Amino acid sequence: MSSQPPPRKQIVRMRVNGRWREDAVADHALLVDYLRETAGLTGTKTGCDGGECGACAVLVDGVAVPSCITLAARCDGHSVETIEGMAQGGRLHRLQKAFHEQLGAQCGFCTPGMIMAAEALLRKNPKPTEAEIRSALSGNLCRCTGYVKIVKAVQIAAEAGS
Amino acid sequence: MNASVPGTPANARRGIPLVDGVEKVTGKARYTADLDRTGALVGRIYRSPVNHAEILRLDVSRARALPGVIAVVTGDDCPHPYGVLPVAMNEYPMARDRIRYRGEPIAAVAAVDAETAEQALALIALEVRELPAYFASDEARASDAVLLHENKEGNLERAVHHAFGDIDAGFAEADLVREVSIDCAEVNHAQIEPHAALAEFDPLTGRLTMQSVSQVGYYLHLMLARCLEMDESRIRMIKPFIGGGFGARVEALNFEVITALLARVAEAKVYTELTREECFLTHRARPQTTTKLKLGMAKDGRLTACECEVIQRGGAYAGYGIVTILYAGALLQGLYRLPAVKYDGYRVYTNLPPCGAMRGHGAVNVRHTFEVLLDRMARELGLDPFDVRRANLLEAPTRTLNDLMINSYGLGECLEWVEKASGWRERRGKLAPGKGLGMACSHYVSGAAKPVHWTGEPHAVINVKLDWDGVVTVLTGAPEIGQGSSTMAVIAVAETLDIPPDWLRVICGDSEVTPKDNGAYSSRITFMVGNAAIDAARKLKGILVDAAARKLQASPDDVECAKGSFRNARSPEQVLPFIDVVREALVNEGTITVKGTFTCPPEAQGGKHRGGAVGSTMGFSYAAQVVEASIDEVTGEVTVDKVWVALDCGHAINPLAVEGQIEGSVWMGMGQALSEETRYLDGLPAHASLLEYRVPTSNESPPVDVHIVETNDPNGPFGAKEASEGALASAMPALVAAIADATGIDLDQLPVTPDRMMDALIERRRRARREATRKVAP
Repeated sequence: MSSQPPPRKQIVRMRVNGRWREDAVADHALLVDYLRETAGLTGTKTGCDGGECGACAVLVDGVAVPSCITLAARCDGHSVETIEGMAQGGRLHRLQKAFHEQLGAQCGFCTPGMIMAAEALLRKNPKPTEAEIRSALSGNLCRCTGYVKIVKAVQIAAEAGS
Repeated sequence: MNASVPGTPANARRGIPLVDGVEKVTGKARYTADLDRTGALVGRIYRSPVNHAEILRLDVSRARALPGVIAVVTGDDCPHPYGVLPVAMNEYPMARDRIRYRGEPIAAVAAVDAETAEQALALIALEVRELPAYFASDEARASDAVLLHENKEGNLERAVHHAFGDIDAGFAEADLVREVSIDCAEVNHAQIEPHAALAEFDPLTGRLTMQSVSQVGYYLHLMLARCLEMDESRIRMIKPFIGGGFGARVEALNFEVITALLARVAEAKVYTELTREECFLTHRARPQTTTKLKLGMAKDGRLTACECEVIQRGGAYAGYGIVTILYAGALLQGLYRLPAVKYDGYRVYTNLPPCGAMRGHGAVNVRHTFEVLLDRMARELGLDPFDVRRANLLEAPTRTLNDLMINSYGLGECLEWVEKASGWRERRGKLAPGKGLGMACSHYVSGAAKPVHWTGEPHAVINVKLDWDGVVTVLTGAPEIGQGSSTMAVIAVAETLDIPPDWLRVICGDSEVTPKDNGAYSSRITFMVGNAAIDAARKLKGILVDAAARKLQASPDDVECAKGSFRNARSPEQVLPFIDVVREALVNEGTITVKGTFTCPPEAQGGKHRGGAVGSTMGFSYAAQVVEASIDEVTGEVTVDKVWVALDCGHAINPLAVEGQIEGSVWMGMGQALSEETRYLDGLPAHASLLEYRVPTSNESPPVDVHIVETNDPNGPFGAKEASEGALASAMPALVAAIADATGIDLDQLPVTPDRMMDALIERRRRARREATRKVAP
């Protein structure tokens, strides 16, 4: 039906939220599209034309990366974590709980990326200062909150421990 | 769990998290881009590469012939102009004959995938005859300028001339008269969710289902019916989760109409998502504004007269423009006592993306100018900035010269709190070098008392359903876009029934299920929908009290309803749980649905002068804030260290959400003051990305201390007024005042980017050197 032959694909194996998957992925497919369209994980958002807003942040081997400028094929053999993997055992993750209770999310569109960036920070630095929190989240734009309650949510989550 | 106990001050209550918050923090919330797109075609828009031109030939035949392309539409597919104001519909979803800005939609394709759609766009051929293009208001207003729209002489969309009181006497009475001209750059909403729409047309039923990012499902519904020549009853509007609005989506947007047109031609489901660059092209935000202001002031700080001229560079089409230019004049008033006001406003057509409504619609740039001049005049008269505001306070209830109704007024309390909290009296003038304190005030409407489309219906309608399972479901058309309106409606009903909010559910924004609502704009929802929700809940409570009375064999007057149960006041041991009363109420009745409404009375709908309805509202919010800033004299970088802000929102129905709105609005104003600016190079957007359009990051954003002032408005729901726009406009002048305090430099241009600050610092140094040389010279 389409005017062009489908793009070449390769088999990519990726551990997504703790479970290994195996999919045929186009060479040029972006991680964000793979997660949203192939894996059906639409919690990860796209808010810009590439690497500007942070809404697409996910963890690759525990490090926050913008999935909209990461090739899916580059994640072959690696572990990827998204917002959908955060709540475990029927309980919200401490960051999710704090973002919810402190109103760290208003419209919620930047929230998944914001929470993943905060998670990467807390794993590396469990007791960050306010300046360290602000610096770690500075690649994630929010247009609703002025970051006031986001910073507070991360502080409260940090105090709650893992 | 009571979020809103009357009598307990907001700052001692916490409020509740958003009722849809868990979905947002878990990634389960479905925004338009997350909807099921199985089988959907991909829509893409062909946009104008030129600024201003006549279309000589548009050839889409090669695009149409490309395998995988299912539909192509052009201006020929929609001969009906549309627009949000019935008096100013002059835009087509795709240009016909004439192109008026670079990036204007000209054609669109729906194809099996994005690659094919983009390839098809490249096959579209356009021939034009270019016309002179105007990117500044004065160029467009020149006598020999080509008109963008026929019968709009001078490329003026609207000129407004209002005069109230004796302006000459006012200036004659003044001890000091000063003028200023201030330029505020065009800014953009930059909501984080890009625009998107999913339209499905079913040729078998002739029905269209539209899901999109709109803040105004009802207005979009009207425009789709108009542009597609469809009966309104064949269209269903469903609102998904929405990733912010700030006014970006308060009118039907071209890509929404285009997606629907594509779906109908393709007889299929079509999904269109705009790039961030296209979101900037769609625009509809705050116009570049030049404000000339002249104020008269008595020695004691009393204002005697105000004369103001506003020129807004409106872009290529009308949109909300008439309302914006009217707001700019109307909201000169309502904050301070003003004995005489003259206003001249000019809304200009230019060859740039159309402007529209943005948070603080119309009021922001004028308020900035007003506060800046007020501050400078106070300085000249040796008055403290707080004292000059206090010399001009209003007393509620009152009416302004332009007939705006003021029933509650907490500006004095706002001033008191920020003055104290910031340590203004002790600290001002004693900060380290390069640091300064500034303050300013602002206000905003709680909903336009006259809706855009006047139908004679109430201003708000809400339904509340009660069923056998004891669930109270709030059905509202009010678009929840992140501001917390659904949570507000739940609290309003829960408080009235005195049941925990957790017992309620809310369904929001589905035209086949929820009552019509005018939408999320002009901060109307809390005031109007909140009042309608209380009205509905009171009716439901009456039904439940009657049922409880029957079961308790008591008089309804003796039935008390509290904390989810009902009891007989005469024999308090007789207590009925909520569910028992619900089941009694359903006997012979079945499922209960009650309706609540709210209507602004005629006396709230503004003056009789032309345009007098704009600015009219049932209640104004009031804000005061203090900004502490640091200026780096080496780099020109301005840093906001801290903000103290107080807002009179009448009553905080949900203090947590009110705080969030105040913090967000102050921060958005700060962004406009510091770094946000769209720029065009010969009509080509130079800042159409989130990299170039500089929204402050968490690193550049200050802590904000918030105080809520509650004046208990006589007409507001539980006394509430708006909370999300009122504090924005004072952020900019407070920062500019802080810069003046730190450096002695008065800035007349926004944003204060490091290069502008640097230019001013260099100029100050040169001037100082010149003066020093002059003194030395014999």
